[in-house]
Amino acid sequence: MMRTADLVASASRALRSNPLRSALTALGVIIGVGSVVAMVALGSGAQAQVERSIASLGSNLLIVVPGAQASGGVRMAQGGGGRDTLTLDDVEAIAGLEGVLAVAPSQRGNAQLVANGVNWNTRIEGVTPSYMLARDWEVAQGRFFDESEERQARRVVVLGATVARELFPNVDPIGQAMRISGGSYEVIGVLESKGQSGFGMDQDDVVLAPLTTVKRRISGRFRRADTVSQISVKAASEGELNRLQEDVENLLRDRHRIRPGDEDDFTVQNLSSITETAAATTQVFTYLLGGISAVSLLVGGIGIMNIMLVSVTERTREIGLRKALGARQSDILHQFGLEAVTLSLAGGIVGLALGVAGAWGMTSLFNLPLVIAPQNALMAIGFSGLVGVVFGAYPAWRAAKLDPIEALRRE
Amino acid sequence: MTAPLIEAKELVKLYQMGDETVHALAGVSFVVPRGDYCAIVGPSGSGKSTMMNILGGLDTPSGGRIVIDNADIATLTDEELATFRNRTIGFIFQSFNLLPRLSALENVELPMIYGGVLPKERKERAAALLTRVGLGERMSHRPTQLSGGQQQRVAIARALAGRPALLLADEPTGALDTQTGKDILNLFSELNREGVTIVIVTHDHEVAAATKRTIEMRDGRIVADHLNGSRAA
Repeated sequence: MMRTADLVASASRALRSNPLRSALTALGVIIGVGSVVAMVALGSGAQAQVERSIASLGSNLLIVVPGAQASGGVRMAQGGGGRDTLTLDDVEAIAGLEGVLAVAPSQRGNAQLVANGVNWNTRIEGVTPSYMLARDWEVAQGRFFDESEERQARRVVVLGATVARELFPNVDPIGQAMRISGGSYEVIGVLESKGQSGFGMDQDDVVLAPLTTVKRRISGRFRRADTVSQISVKAASEGELNRLQEDVENLLRDRHRIRPGDEDDFTVQNLSSITETAAATTQVFTYLLGGISAVSLLVGGIGIMNIMLVSVTERTREIGLRKALGARQSDILHQFGLEAVTLSLAGGIVGLALGVAGAWGMTSLFNLPLVIAPQNALMAIGFSGLVGVVFGAYPAWRAAKLDPIEALRRE
Repeated sequence: MTAPLIEAKELVKLYQMGDETVHALAGVSFVVPRGDYCAIVGPSGSGKSTMMNILGGLDTPSGGRIVIDNADIATLTDEELATFRNRTIGFIFQSFNLLPRLSALENVELPMIYGGVLPKERKERAAALLTRVGLGERMSHRPTQLSGGQQQRVAIARALAGRPALLLADEPTGALDTQTGKDILNLFSELNREGVTIVIVTHDHEVAAATKRTIEMRDGRIVADHLNGSRAA
């Protein structure tokens, strides 16, 4: 019986005797494992990015918009059907529900800003101070407007980071004046940056102003005074989110006198369920990428099998000699099997390194987080070893079963 | 006297060649005592190659019985045959059959690797054997760096590595020039005087004449078995 150390030495010597062939054979596995690792990392990065950006909208958040839900549940329509079905009284009523941490009505509109001689078209949101709590947002600089400023419809605004950067590139925006739709406003604060939302929208390209100000002076001028375009409802805890969603729906159906069976004139969007859907979608995407890459790993395995069969044929005489000198079938089987596993395992390790490097390159190119789970890396290595066992088994078995008399006769 | 090393009785080996059954061995009986040095000669097709394969544990007989060093060849499993080849037999081939990637020392180590001998002892024994066959200075040479005669000496050292009961040589001088062939046969004679049992399979009667005893085969049978009395030392 051959000692393990001798087995390893023998296999590595055989592989080193033809380095170019060994390297090319391993290349199939290198590419296979490398692309699996890179693709799965890329997919995981995209998934993490989606989850992160959706979470940046606010946690434990329900968003109520006017109009019926079209289908599915992943629609983030801002205006809904365009009918003004949500009122400030609805906001008051929702605030009275159990488990509500904050309710924030908002009126959305578009506005042309002028400051410093620069024009900027952006979204303007009329909100109340509770909006900051509901959306998990903080002021980075200056301050937010308070309740009394909101009630009095003061001409104050808080700028999103993008707007602040574009309009006041070199000066402190706090205290500066700007014009919105012809009126003059004072900048009192700048919001911390939230980055892009999961839907590619720049969340920092926004101006927040008191709800009453927007309703009266900017976007709501031609609409009823007490309607809002959106209500953000923050639950006290994640566990209460689904129950709260039902409560809000029942309350609004009741208040809007919608009979059972009739279509709602509003939609309650649950951000956590949107997150789950989006995450599930990117996960499918990840599996798909990984699956396609796994095909190349399979091709790499076939390459190993091919070369091992060639090697067995070339070394027929050597196998016959080894048998004549006392090698058992199991010794030959192990020797050739180990050569195949060594090739694929080495390919797996190199492939992992290249895959991580590739994933790093691609994620930095696409500005995604780099996510490489250690268990995925181990799985890649383990899988490459398995490829060697599976595809090395048949050639090794052929070698082990060779008739030594025939083998020695071969030239 | 102790039991003979080889005892063959009515040995039969059949091959199926299409519809025809070929009697490669058609009832062969002979005895080789320990310490013997004999040649099995015959033209091609005489059955001597089949005889060698059976003696070496590479093949098993179809009928009859052959016991080598107390092992009944027909009853051995594949694994036992591997052990038998490793421990009992030392093979020497016409074309040397050295592994080209290994040094002389490593080639000699090879059977000991399959015998599970530890590296340190392996190297010592291989070095001693190479010194014994006159290659003490060339242990790290590759086969391609050695002459034919030197390569055959490495092969002889390798055959001796497992301390075999029987040295089995198949046309050992077939690939060598006359003088080198003579040197190799002289080495066999020396080894035999030291107690090694040697069987040479050859078609060359001059080679056979260098041994102590000639067994002549034809058509799967032994047609003559005589001592080479007048052999010079």
